[in-house]
Amino acid sequence: MVTLIEDVPATMQVVYQRPESLSCVSTHYCPGCTHGIAHRLLAEALDELGLRDRTILVAPVGCSVFAYNYFEVDGCEAAHGRAPAMATGLKRVQPDRIVVTYQGDGDLVSIGAAEILHAAARGENITTIFVNNAVYGMTGGQMAPTTLLGQKTTSSPFGRNVSSSGYPIRMSELLSQLDGTAYIVRRSLHDVAHIRKAKKAIVTALKAQMHGLGFSMVELLSSCPTNWGIPADQALNWIAENMLPYYPVGDYKVHPEVTTL
Amino acid sequence: MSRTLLKGNVAIAEAAVRAGLQAYFGYPITPQTELLEYLASRMVELDRVFLQAESEVAAINMVYGAACSGVRAMTSSSSPGFSLMQEGLSYIAASDVPCVVVDVMRGGPGLGNIQPSQADYFQVTRSAGHGDYHPIVLAPASVQEAIDFTTLAFELAERYRHLVILAADGQIGQMMEPAELPPMQSARETRPEWALSGANGRKKNVITSLHMQPEDEEAFNQKIQRRLAKIRQVEQRSVEYWTNDAELLVIGYGTAGRIAYTAVERAREMGMKVGLLRPQTLWPFPEERISELADEIQSCLVVEMNAGQMIEDVRLATSGQVPIEFFGRMGGMIPMPDEILNAIEASYARITRPVAHHANGVRG
Ligand SMILES: Cc1ncc(C[n+]2csc(CCOP(=O)(O)OP(=O)(O)O)c2C)c(N)n1
Ligand code: SF4
Repeated sequence: MVTLIEDVPATMQVVYQRPESLSCVSTHYCPGCTHGIAHRLLAEALDELGLRDRTILVAPVGCSVFAYNYFEVDGCEAAHGRAPAMATGLKRVQPDRIVVTYQGDGDLVSIGAAEILHAAARGENITTIFVNNAVYGMTGGQMAPTTLLGQKTTSSPFGRNVSSSGYPIRMSELLSQLDGTAYIVRRSLHDVAHIRKAKKAIVTALKAQMHGLGFSMVELLSSCPTNWGIPADQALNWIAENMLPYYPVGDYKVHPEVTTL
Repeated sequence: MSRTLLKGNVAIAEAAVRAGLQAYFGYPITPQTELLEYLASRMVELDRVFLQAESEVAAINMVYGAACSGVRAMTSSSSPGFSLMQEGLSYIAASDVPCVVVDVMRGGPGLGNIQPSQADYFQVTRSAGHGDYHPIVLAPASVQEAIDFTTLAFELAERYRHLVILAADGQIGQMMEPAELPPMQSARETRPEWALSGANGRKKNVITSLHMQPEDEEAFNQKIQRRLAKIRQVEQRSVEYWTNDAELLVIGYGTAGRIAYTAVERAREMGMKVGLLRPQTLWPFPEERISELADEIQSCLVVEMNAGQMIEDVRLATSGQVPIEFFGRMGGMIPMPDEILNAIEASYARITRPVAHHANGVRG
């Protein structure tokens, strides 16, 4: 159940509340899952930039498949991996709207690798929130292209090994090579300091879109306590200890004009 | 308007432009490519959206996105490319967004070849994506019909908020004929109320094909089925020649139907009572008319450029009332009028007419 603060006594001040862009509903995410944090950050960024009423959100296939239920913006549900293509269609016919895709690592790096690569290369003026939790969450924790070497998943029960599955893909680094990209950064959701930086990056990415600078993406290192099989608090440490070394946070592409925004 | 000499693919493209096409996404594949190439300049001249996608998978999902914003959107491809679009087509069909897809069919299976074929009949009428639905499928037999059906495709797509496929065999796409184009309609300015355009001053719009509760999914399926039942009732289209006294009914669509016309005409000259029915909609199949005719004819000959696919619909429509025979060429081969005429003669000869009774015949 969601409780609303109806009447705030005069002696009190609201310092933290639900962003307007976030729907007043409970989500289906597992306890301790950072999808919820990512949602909140995106909603806050949309509010701050006054974009709620001209934004269209493209939800992926993955745990965030219901994202359109959680945001007070127009939304749709793309086929697995095809969100950037759907977003391209939406944006091309209404360039004055803000189009955002929200995608997991299976969705974006595996089945939808071609679509994200080409959307980025075309400099498609859209923003992608890329949630990297190193597994396929929704289908029960199988290996993703982002699964770390040695990481055990339900489809790599002995740990991911190079000889059969090759190396994890660093998508931000890869996409940053493309001239069509305006802003490509990686952030993490494992502690407050990093979360604040993630929020800032999402604001910048949306600004890049508002100014028509090209493709923008914020990769968020995220937890999946359920499929990693560890408690929520330890899952955050797991991000710091295991994901950060392989997926360093940082700015991989910042168009010169983005720095002036 | 005067008639001009037009290539099928170009005619479809220009007809789509004149129908107010606002966004086209496609990927090159013979024998459809001229359609894409034509729109590459034409759409840009008109300040409309043209984009060469990275694949047919991307193209259909771009069309899906554009259609979700309530504009007239289209893609075109040929058989292998159309196969790649299946998942996207299903999402579109499950979202009530109007879209038009052109399949200029070529020889298959596999990479096959680039010659004309009708081997996608099952794919376009039955399995254009997973799940329980049929798209509306229009099958032109001339460049003029390709133009008219393109206009009609957009109208039907919007009337029913449904997926419409223009299934032209490669011959229709490639040949040149004099034809007349309709007047130019400007691209629509207003957007339907369900379109995704930003929740400005209204509640948010959501377009999804996801219904987690089976009860909800079933209810949605029932809605699609009601729509399909309506379409089936009012949109069956076909043309007929010499059917009023026909003993043998030839049935063929697209190029096969057109060549069959020549063969049937010759059969008539030879004194055979043969008629032709050419389906214009493959789904809904013109089953009503064929079922009526089944009461009047003795036999039926289905002609297709495949191994016999529409023949199954003919069997269903005639419910075993008459023998159904088949003549087809495959793999990009086009039947010759003589071949069809031979098949007609053979079928005609096999008709067993009721033995005429003598006036004084004794009946037990
Ligand atoms: C075409 C297709 N293939 C496979 C699936 C099954 N599937 C659903 S979600 C998913 C993985 C999603 O993982 P990810 O993108 O990492 O997101 P997460 O659930 O971890 O947030 C898969 C394989 C599907 N729905 N569609
Ligand atoms: S399965 Fe993992 S990614 Fe999905 S909601 Fe649960 S914790 Fe989050």
